Amino acid sequence: MTTRIRVGWRASVGLAGDVLAALPVPLAFPLLIALYYGESPLPFLAAIAVSLALGAAFRSVQDPSVNLGPREAFLAVALIWFLVAAVGAIPFVVAGVGTVAHPINAMFESMSGLTTTGATVLVDFSIHSRSVMMWRQVIQWLGGLGILILATAVLSEVGVGGAQLMETETQTQDVNKLTPKITRTAQLIWGIYFGLTGLAVVVYFLLGLAFDPQMDLYNAVAHAFTSVATAGFSPEPLSVGAFHPVIQWAVVPFMVIGSTSFVLIYFAINGDPMRLLRNEEFHFYLGAMGTLAAIVALALFLDPSITFGAEATLRHAVFNVTSIVTTTGYASTDYVAWAPAAKHMLFMGMFIGGMVGSTTCSIKSLRWLVALKSFRRNLYTAIHPEAVRPVRITGKSVDESAIRDIYAYLLLSIVIFFLLTVVIVVDAERTGLRVTEFEALGAAATTFLNIGPAFGEAGPYGTFASFSMTTRAVMIVLMWIGRIEIIPVLVLFTKAFWTS
Amino acid sequence: MHVVIIGAGEVGTSIAASLASDHEVVVVDIDPDRAEQLKYELDVLTIAGDGTTSEIQSAADAGRADMVIACTDNDQTNLVACGTAKTLGDGFTIARVKSTEYLRTWQGNEGAFGVDFMVCTDLLTAENIVRVIGLPAAIDVDPFASGLVQMAEFEIGPESPVAGQTVSEADRFESLTFVGLFRDGEMTIPRGDTDIEAGDRAVVIGSPESVQAFATDIAPETTPGQADEIVIVGGSEIGYQTARLLEERNLKSRLIERDADRARWLAEQLPNTVVMEHDATDTEFLSREHVDDADIVVTALGSDEQNLLVSVLAKRIGADRVIAVVDSPDYVTVFEEIGIDIAINPRTVTAEEITRFTYESVAENIAVLENDQAEVLELELTEGCALVGRPISDIVSEIDARFVIGAITRDHKLVTPRGDTVLEPGDHIILLVDSDSVGEITAMA
Repeated sequence: MTTRIRVGWRASVGLAGDVLAALPVPLAFPLLIALYYGESPLPFLAAIAVSLALGAAFRSVQDPSVNLGPREAFLAVALIWFLVAAVGAIPFVVAGVGTVAHPINAMFESMSGLTTTGATVLVDFSIHSRSVMMWRQVIQWLGGLGILILATAVLSEVGVGGAQLMETETQTQDVNKLTPKITRTAQLIWGIYFGLTGLAVVVYFLLGLAFDPQMDLYNAVAHAFTSVATAGFSPEPLSVGAFHPVIQWAVVPFMVIGSTSFVLIYFAINGDPMRLLRNEEFHFYLGAMGTLAAIVALALFLDPSITFGAEATLRHAVFNVTSIVTTTGYASTDYVAWAPAAKHMLFMGMFIGGMVGSTTCSIKSLRWLVALKSFRRNLYTAIHPEAVRPVRITGKSVDESAIRDIYAYLLLSIVIFFLLTVVIVVDAERTGLRVTEFEALGAAATTFLNIGPAFGEAGPYGTFASFSMTTRAVMIVLMWIGRIEIIPVLVLFTKAFWTS
Repeated sequence: MHVVIIGAGEVGTSIAASLASDHEVVVVDIDPDRAEQLKYELDVLTIAGDGTTSEIQSAADAGRADMVIACTDNDQTNLVACGTAKTLGDGFTIARVKSTEYLRTWQGNEGAFGVDFMVCTDLLTAENIVRVIGLPAAIDVDPFASGLVQMAEFEIGPESPVAGQTVSEADRFESLTFVGLFRDGEMTIPRGDTDIEAGDRAVVIGSPESVQAFATDIAPETTPGQADEIVIVGGSEIGYQTARLLEERNLKSRLIERDADRARWLAEQLPNTVVMEHDATDTEFLSREHVDDADIVVTALGSDEQNLLVSVLAKRIGADRVIAVVDSPDYVTVFEEIGIDIAINPRTVTAEEITRFTYESVAENIAVLENDQAEVLELELTEGCALVGRPISDIVSEIDARFVIGAITRDHKLVTPRGDTVLEPGDHIILLVDSDSVGEITAMA
């Protein structure tokens, strides 16, 4: 008896083909930059050719009679994120400059980009062409767009790790402005994303004109791409630290907005700001970020070795905490040099994440909020076992199965994070790389939770190129798994997914 | 007045009994034996048959009726009966319902189902329970405008903090109006500088929440507050509505419900109530949860037997006051005789509410105060009547009748009347009127 495959894989592959076939559109942007600056267009032409060919091949197996259900969606999501990252690596390999000429490194850079992580294996930023550097930014912006669609239209439908709790249109049918079609929602969310990116370009460019000639149009576009996407790549080796303090302050709100639920932003723009302002997840997210920033600022003020001056100390505390909690990964200064207290606060911040339904990564505020409330409920029912207490978020009670999903998700995230740490430590030992446990923990968290920089070698001004090839290969896989919320990838490895 | 009553159960019979002497009453019941029996009990005309059909309603002369009261035990039957009555004539229709859903639909669109007034048994019972719990200091309490507004009369005790204050000092609440003050049996219309003395009786009109808060002010000893333990046993519709109304008045309660799904539903609907899933007849559970220390226990379980058992149990372990919902009117005295403090019968409550409506008056709802010295009326203002389109201060200065407008409801929202408030058609006004001026005021509405 042969086992029948019960997944409509043709539909998933076909969908991945559709996405690949559309990739030449974003690839055209660095191509135009290359033509403008008189650089070689070859890297992008090659990638365009591959994506068109792969796209056509995948689309040929498309079976329009297969319906796209949850299984097909999981498979398609996993495939799309992996294949787009693979195609995105081609320009780095073809350009053949620096560390990223190696396929594994190119894949690392591309995956780090697409997953809006922002960890880099580049060592010398200056040897790369402006078009290749812009491609890194574009791929992060694409990753942000992709995750918004995934979060609002796909994950909330199939309910991964409590994602069904997100305020999507399905829960807001009483509001006549959102239409019941997923595609329409996706378009609304895109519109906000495009608008915010455009606004960031204008703000950065105007501030550049006023304060800092280094923030030219190229840098304004490059940073606009990666701040709303909470992604974190920068063509500058010093990241946002390369710019005038006013510009650094201006980047903060864009990171914060990028990590705020786009559905709630939509309501706010359409005259219902109270939905956002009353949202408990929003309070938790801002509260956690504010508290951490205050503690870090205090730690820096008390540290005699820090001699920034008051404004700069506050700015570095706020900027870097925001960058870590929103999972962006920019840096305004090399915080690797900070005292342990401040660094450990940043490490803690890595696990928080922004709001569900945004471009943020990591565990996300909603999951923590539900877990904390559920835990507080358990303390109460320990004394009153008969009490029935639903966990409420912004007045709405949370389904018990969603709470179990969230606990499972938290446990899974923490286990995988520890396993990755062990891999990093053991592999560093094998290759003779000097990595402290704290640095290994940081590197594991920053890649798996898609933040960007960590500490030590992996710091904001360091490079992941120092880790061994094996470690980097594992990191590529975990960035991929972490970004699409673990479950869609893990289910692919179960027998039940394919056969039952 | 020609009144047609459809349904000769407890409610219908009780209404018929109170109307029979002064009015021409026809009672319709589907059960021929019941119809026959009632003919001998009361001086009314009885008709056996389906009261929802126009054939039977025509036989009862419903087309000519001033009032059609549908009060069978079935919600749908009552709604259809009212709808049928509206096709035959223009009598005022009253429907008794259990479901709060129908009540909400009707409130959202007055005149829905052809019903002119809807009495929701369970909600009404819950309102009664909450009034008994919340306002033990009040001499008289009456709801107006479907429960949006309350009128309450309090006697100011010598210990009361408001004795010796002026009206404006005592009335700290936005949505409360001081409408009348009785001293030595004489009514005065209070003004801001009127002094309140011990022994006075004060009449206030306002939102139920503000009346509750006012009661706490004047009688802090007897009015329950945040610290008082209220336990509701049984998550029936009455139990649920009671907990919900208590939440609205900022009183916290604990609700014990046996069924897991119902308990979960209740917990979701009642964020400020502690819902416990357990069998309330388990004494070990009751003492572990300190129900013996409770100030008030309400039993609202499915059957009289269960309510009796739990009430006796609660009283035995030491609860202060026990209020029981009793489904059968015959048992009310039994409950009270064995020491249950208050027994409330939903049917009696419903019948009383409907009977209040049969007073011949343009007023939709009235309460009579202090040996008929004054009345509190609810009037619906019609298009073009003498009261609309002008600020209240103008009306007051023009008419020499003694009255105070205590509350206005507009589109089911409470509007606190001020001198410059302009009345609009469709508004319901709740006002206190000197008995001598009632005719003059109602003629203007």
